[in-house]
Amino acid sequence: MYTFEYHQPDSIEAAIELRTEAEDAIYLAGGQTLIPTLKQRLAAPSDVIDLAGVPGLTGIKVEKDRVIIGAMTRHAHVAASAEVAKAIPALAHLASEIGDAQVRNRGTLGGSVANSDPSADYPAAVIGLGATIQTNRRSIAADDYFKDLFETALAASELIKSIEFPIPKRAAYCKFPNPASRYAVVGVFVADFGGKFRVGVTGAGPCAFRIGALEAALSKKLDPAQVDNIEIEYDRFNSDLHASAEYRANLVRVMAKRAITALITG
Amino acid sequence: MKVSLTVNGRDRVVDVAANTLLVDLIRSKLGLTGTHVGCDTSQCGACTVHLDGRSVKSCTVLAVQADGAEVTTIEGIGTTDALHPMQAAFRECHALQCGFCTPGMIMSAIDLVANAKALDEQSVRKGLEGNLCRCTGYHNIVKAVLLVAESMPERT
Amino acid sequence: MSDTGIGKSVKRREDLRFITGRGRYTDDINQPNQTFAVFLRSPYPRARIVSVDPSGAAEVEGVVGVFTGKDLAADKLGDLPCGWLVKSKDGSDMKVGPHPPLAVDVVNYVGEPYGVVIAETLAAARDGAEVVVTEFEELDATVSLASAMDSAQIHANVPRNLCYDWALGDAAATDAAFERAAHLTTLEFSNNRLIPNAMEPRAAVASYDASTEEFNLITTSQNPHLERLILSAFVQLAPEHKLRITAPDVGGGFGSKIFVYPEETTAAWAARRIGRPVKWTADRSESFLTDAHGRDHLTKAELALDKDGVFLGLRVKTRANLGAYLSTFASSVPTFLYGTLLAGQYRTPAIYVEVEGVYTNTAPVDAYRGAGRPEATYVIERIVETAARELGVDPAELRRRNFIPPDAFPYQTPVALEYDTGNYGASLDKALAQAQYSSFADRRAASERRGKKRGIGLSCYIEACGLAPSQLAIQLGAGVGLYESGEVRVNPTGNVTVFTGSHSHGQGHETTFAQIVSDKLGIPFENVEVVHGDTGRVEFGLGTYGSRSLAVGGSALIKATDKVIAKGKRIAAHMMDAPLDSIDFTEGAFSARTSNQKLTFGEVAFAAYVPSNYPTDLEPGLSEKAFYDPKNFTFPAGTHIAEVEVDPETGVVDVLSFVAVDDFGHVINPMIVEGQVHGGIAQGIGQALLEHGIYDETGQLITGSYMDYCMPRADDMPSFIVDTTVTPCTHNPLGVKGCGEAGAIGAPAAVMNAVTHALGVVDVAMPATPERVWRALRGA
Repeated sequence: MYTFEYHQPDSIEAAIELRTEAEDAIYLAGGQTLIPTLKQRLAAPSDVIDLAGVPGLTGIKVEKDRVIIGAMTRHAHVAASAEVAKAIPALAHLASEIGDAQVRNRGTLGGSVANSDPSADYPAAVIGLGATIQTNRRSIAADDYFKDLFETALAASELIKSIEFPIPKRAAYCKFPNPASRYAVVGVFVADFGGKFRVGVTGAGPCAFRIGALEAALSKKLDPAQVDNIEIEYDRFNSDLHASAEYRANLVRVMAKRAITALITG
Repeated sequence: MKVSLTVNGRDRVVDVAANTLLVDLIRSKLGLTGTHVGCDTSQCGACTVHLDGRSVKSCTVLAVQADGAEVTTIEGIGTTDALHPMQAAFRECHALQCGFCTPGMIMSAIDLVANAKALDEQSVRKGLEGNLCRCTGYHNIVKAVLLVAESMPERT
Repeated sequence: MSDTGIGKSVKRREDLRFITGRGRYTDDINQPNQTFAVFLRSPYPRARIVSVDPSGAAEVEGVVGVFTGKDLAADKLGDLPCGWLVKSKDGSDMKVGPHPPLAVDVVNYVGEPYGVVIAETLAAARDGAEVVVTEFEELDATVSLASAMDSAQIHANVPRNLCYDWALGDAAATDAAFERAAHLTTLEFSNNRLIPNAMEPRAAVASYDASTEEFNLITTSQNPHLERLILSAFVQLAPEHKLRITAPDVGGGFGSKIFVYPEETTAAWAARRIGRPVKWTADRSESFLTDAHGRDHLTKAELALDKDGVFLGLRVKTRANLGAYLSTFASSVPTFLYGTLLAGQYRTPAIYVEVEGVYTNTAPVDAYRGAGRPEATYVIERIVETAARELGVDPAELRRRNFIPPDAFPYQTPVALEYDTGNYGASLDKALAQAQYSSFADRRAASERRGKKRGIGLSCYIEACGLAPSQLAIQLGAGVGLYESGEVRVNPTGNVTVFTGSHSHGQGHETTFAQIVSDKLGIPFENVEVVHGDTGRVEFGLGTYGSRSLAVGGSALIKATDKVIAKGKRIAAHMMDAPLDSIDFTEGAFSARTSNQKLTFGEVAFAAYVPSNYPTDLEPGLSEKAFYDPKNFTFPAGTHIAEVEVDPETGVVDVLSFVAVDDFGHVINPMIVEGQVHGGIAQGIGQALLEHGIYDETGQLITGSYMDYCMPRADDMPSFIVDTTVTPCTHNPLGVKGCGEAGAIGAPAAVMNAVTHALGVVDVAMPATPERVWRALRGA
């Protein structure tokens, strides 16, 4: 690991200021992606700004129509939350499948969504539920948030404070884990907002995306077989030693079907 | 930088560089070599310790992040004369061979048993996803963890 | 019989230190004033080193020195040798590409070290290594095994990259058998490259005392004496008596820590050069790039059968990847540890095998758990299963029809080995019962109702273990003998220190060997201490590999113990004033048949060291050494059965059950033996379904971390059902055969037979990844 200055600011404002003023600073949330990257000397930030001391970034709040989760809330916390399990069980389930136990004890929602790894789990839920990303300066709709490989709508110093997940009537997440790393090769999140559906996919493309055709088909008729009635374009899908683009397209279908089935059967 | 933390019940103040990993603090600064490093991509789990009571990979936590925290390593859970039940179960079930992954595996298993609602073979296997063992084929590790889980009082 | 004796599942005494974090592995050890080494490694599969400019590193604070292959060459360090000379079928010697410890002019695989930076701290060494400027001239590389013989020549003295073209068996007889065949089964397949991945990375802590000219190298070795021999006799680092090598607790090896590597060698050399201790511990990334890999064969196999399904002949042609250089035992693995095993458990009368050992610009390939024998088993058991399917005969029945029957032993195979004993039908029957083979159809139907495909597969493996008669091995090209040494040192108070040349890195020798010696001497288990892994304390040894520790190392201890007892009898006879031939030794006591006198072992031991009432013609002391040179290999064998379920939508293979019934002869500690089988099976299932070392066409290792190399995890494995049958080995005193590799040898074929059975296809390449299985189902 290269050397860097370490900061532990005690307010969002202080964090932003540090980030803006430093030459090449980076925020540290749970560190489960950042620290491995630093260890491999794949990044050389001048400053690391640890958000652990910033108040108000942690916690889960359930309102009538939405679940608000602080950016620094750890995956294990979401996975074990009785409130989340009651309001959006699919979200708690998703959190319980991220990485492994040790990673879930450190990794955070905000860190995952800010990083936008193409094979991270949370982006599927953010897209699939049409969540709103609350930053220090604005609200960003999920559909406007994920831009490309590790690229989001966040400005350089912008900081995620919390994410608001609308509570669907029902939802389900199905993931096909990479047998080696356990990241998602493909993960599909399907949510039913009273006859209107959203389908969020992670792992398949450069960043999480929706399948509009499937959403429309499901709104007409809720049936796993609807997956067979749509085209899955996979020209721009990821292709690596674990899964070709074509195979990923198949996995999108299979995971979508299974998520729809799970959503129906509860 | 000065880091104050409690390690195995003992208060310690250690001077570290900002880029020091918690595992290096534990191994090099404190000489607690029971915590091992088996990879450089945060996958193998050999370095697992408890940070404020939960299992973490100490190779993926900066030492400075542990400031003010309570750290427990394999050396802190039991002694040869008074083994932790998980240590005893590992020995009883022959859940270790070369012993290199064992400290991390035991620390993960303790967290798993303490925090899981109910454990069966499948959930133990899933729960140990973050720890690699090359010797045992996991068969006896799973047996040992289930042995401890079964001896714990029912949780709700 | 005591509860710590032979045959008892004694809890391991080494466990207490491991479960409390008090193990002492190489990286746990530090020397005063030590420095840290970081190696400069090739980013290219093949390149000429034009220049190395270390000036930047010299300016980094804390950097002590930068050295390259030229510095080692200037000190006249020799090449890292390959210890087994294989001859081609035309009688010529194998062609050995030069292998300096650090590359001098040319690098030949990604990760090959060509220099080292030594610094006060690890961080400074890393910083220094980053600013060394090396100019490379990229050269055409040979990466693909399939086209290696028609591709860029790697070593100037090795045309077509062909190290050897070896053959074994009777070609004419085999051809004749094929002419008579009523049925022919042909299979072509690869045996995937594996990366060993012992959980403890390789490491070294080296120091040098200029006043005594002695080296002290603490390192992760499975055989420290062999390492000392090679560093002394071949690398010429120092004379043997000036070189002490200690392998303390070693965190797994699986073969990969047998070999003498560049890094440990360089660390020792550098300790002398800079006059300070040097420490090096591999990152896992370095382990992936530079630990010797395993397997990596391309094979075509043909089996000839008569109309009744009796095997007439087997013809095998294999191309084996040796990597860029010949590692310590590399040449023997795809030849003497492979071709000689191709009879399997069967009476196939004619066998002919040809093996091309070829160089590629990839990491060296050498012995990995099983070493040659998993590859041989895979050939035989895949083709036998395929033949059974083609003939419509139950695969168990076809095997039974061709087994070497129990009354045919000793049995001379057509490929050099003589099996001493076995009962293959017994293992098969027991395994079929354990696997509920007869009711498989019901389970398959149940799977089908759930939309899944189910398959069951057998693997009746044999292995040659307990390497091996020295004379035979040396005739076949081995550079060293393959005996083992042992010493039983009885202390004056009657407790015993045992010294063995075997080395435990997870196998539990400290327990098993203490069981043997305490049982034999009739003394408490606690009174026996086992010392291993230190050339300064143990006289000599050849180490642990090839499932040889108990069969060879244990036998040496039996021999030494027998000598102790024999001498004890002489002392006892004198003390009891009884004729020597009237002395019995049972349950820890010497007794005279001519009287009712008795002396405990402790009393005799004490007398040996305080010889007042003592034979005048006998030396005092009670410490005996023995070398045991086996008369033959041992031949563990058994049947493994895998049952799998395939999800046709995703291609995921779920191993539902795995049964292993093994014949290891007598078993000293059943608990430890079962553990060895479990671990081997996991590595075998890993090979079949998960693990694959892949170089892309540019020669980069793309499975260079746990993010991409799929290590078996707990939830990839089922619980295993293991059982044994027993035909004691006929030629060693314990009747033992060896158990360390059986799982890795038997499992791949069992799993792949089950997968192909489930899918109804002839072959799927290993590892049968979800995408491969999915494609196999779609016929694409």
